[in-house]
Amino acid sequence: MQSRVILDSTKFALTIERLCHQLIENHGDFSNSCIIGLQPRGVFLSNRIVQRLEILLGGKRPLYGLLDATFHRDDFRRTEKPLVPGKTVIDFPIEGKRVILIDDVFYTGRTVRSGLDALLDFGRPAAIELLVLVDRRYSRHVPISPDYTGKTIDAVMYEKVRVEWTENGGKDEVWIIPFKMVS
Amino acid sequence: MSSLSVRHLISIKDLQTEDLQLIFNTADQFKEILNRPIKKVPSLRDITIANIFFENSTRTRISFELAEKRLSADVVNFSSSSSSVKKGETLLDTVNNILAMKVDMVVMRHQSPGAPVFLSRHIDANIINAGDGTHEHPTQGLLDAYSIREQLGKQRNGEAPTDFKGMKVAIIGDILHSRVALSNIHCLQKLGAEVLVCGPPTLIPHFVETLGVRVTYNIKEALMWCDAANILRIQLERQDIKFFPSLREYALYFGVNKELLDSIGKDIIIMHPGPINRGVEITSDVADSGQSIILQQVENGVAIRMAVLYLLAGRKEVS
Repeated sequence: MQSRVILDSTKFALTIERLCHQLIENHGDFSNSCIIGLQPRGVFLSNRIVQRLEILLGGKRPLYGLLDATFHRDDFRRTEKPLVPGKTVIDFPIEGKRVILIDDVFYTGRTVRSGLDALLDFGRPAAIELLVLVDRRYSRHVPISPDYTGKTIDAVMYEKVRVEWTENGGKDEVWIIPFKMVS
Repeated sequence: MSSLSVRHLISIKDLQTEDLQLIFNTADQFKEILNRPIKKVPSLRDITIANIFFENSTRTRISFELAEKRLSADVVNFSSSSSSVKKGETLLDTVNNILAMKVDMVVMRHQSPGAPVFLSRHIDANIINAGDGTHEHPTQGLLDAYSIREQLGKQRNGEAPTDFKGMKVAIIGDILHSRVALSNIHCLQKLGAEVLVCGPPTLIPHFVETLGVRVTYNIKEALMWCDAANILRIQLERQDIKFFPSLREYALYFGVNKELLDSIGKDIIIMHPGPINRGVEITSDVADSGQSIILQQVENGVAIRMAVLYLLAGRKEVS
C-alpha cells in the first residue's frame, strides 16, 4: 500500500484553529485551566495551540507545562532499547485546576495512561481532559478516550501515522505510512 | 546513545564519555522529580536491591536507599557488623545467600579494592560499587562532576556544558588513601578537564603523574591554578603509620581557610565529598561560604544514583 496524506497543511491549520476554539468554548479565559503537552511529540502540538490561544485570548497566555511520563511507562525493561526520559517543566501548581493534556497521535492509549499517572504526582487537578490531533479508532488497549479530536481515522495495525511539523523539518502534514517504509 | 556500555558500575575507568553524558542527562530529569510534591516514580517497582555495606557509611548509604525508594524498588539493607560475616562466612557465600532470595541488584561497599569486580564475575545481579577500599567510588566521582556541571550551567544561563574542556580541577588532601580521588580523576579527564592533585608528598601516590595529572605540594599554587577545588578528608582509619607529624601541622600547611581563599584573588568552587573534619582540611568559614557547593553535592548524589540505578536496571534482561 502507498503512503498517503490524511491532513494537508491547509486542513492541518484549520484543525488546530478549530481545536483552539473548542477549548475556548469550554475553558473561557483559562483562568482556572492549564495546558500540559506530553513529551516528546505532543509538545509540537501543544506549542502551536498555546501560541494560537495567546492570540485568541488577546495576549493572555494560558498556564502551560510540559510533562514527560517515561518513568511511569508500563514497558520499562520490556523493550529492546532503554527508555530515555525527556524534560518535565511544570512550574505552577495543578491542584484544583482543569488540566488539558495534549498529545499528537492517540493509538493504544498507553502513553496517555502513563501521562495521567505522572500528572497526579503534581497534585489533584479538578479535572483532566485529553486533546489529540489524530485519533486512531478501534486500537485502544486501555479504556481512555479523547475529549477533543483533530481527526479520527481508521488505520490498520501495519500502518503508522506520522505527524510532520515545520518545526521538525517537515511540512505540517499527517501521513499514513505502511510499516515497512518507516525508517 | 540510549543505554550504558556496562552491566555493572564498578569503576569510572570502565565507562565511556557517552555513558557519563547519558547518566548526567538522566540525572537532570530525576533532579526535577526530586522537586515535585510527590518525589517518587514507579519505574523500578518490580526490582529488589540489596545494599551490602561491609564498611561504615552514612551519606552514601542513605543516598542510595533514598534513590532506590524514590524509584519504588524494594530495598534490603545489610551491614557486616550485625551479620553472619562475623561468624566467618565468605563474601561470595553471603552474597549468594542474599541473591537466593531473588535480589536483582547489589549495591556494595567493601574494604578490599576489587571486591565488586570479584563479585561481578561470580554472580548474575547488576553490581554497583559504593566504594571498594582505596580503589574507586564511582557514584561519588559522578556526582562531583555533575555538581561542577550544574555550577557551570548556572554561570552560562542554565545551559549545562557537554564537556569540561578548559576546566581545571584540583583534588587536595589524602590522595593515597582516597577512592574518591581516583574516581574523580578518571571522570573529570574523560570529560576533558585538567586535573591537579595536591597534598603532603607522603600522601601523594608514587607515579600518579602517569594518570596524566599534575602534582603540586603547595596548597596556594593549587588553589590559584584551579577553577574548582575538591578537598578530601584525611583518612586516618586507613593509615597504619604516621604520614605527617600531626593534624595541627597538616591544617597549617594544607588546610583551606578563608584567608588563603581570599588571597588568591578569584572565586573558585569549593567541594568536599564528606564527612568533613572541620578545622583540619577545611575551616568552617570556607565550608559554609557561598563558594561551597558541599550540600548541593549531597543533593545531587540522590539524583545521580537514581540515574545509575535506572539505567542499569533498564537493560532488557527479563523475558
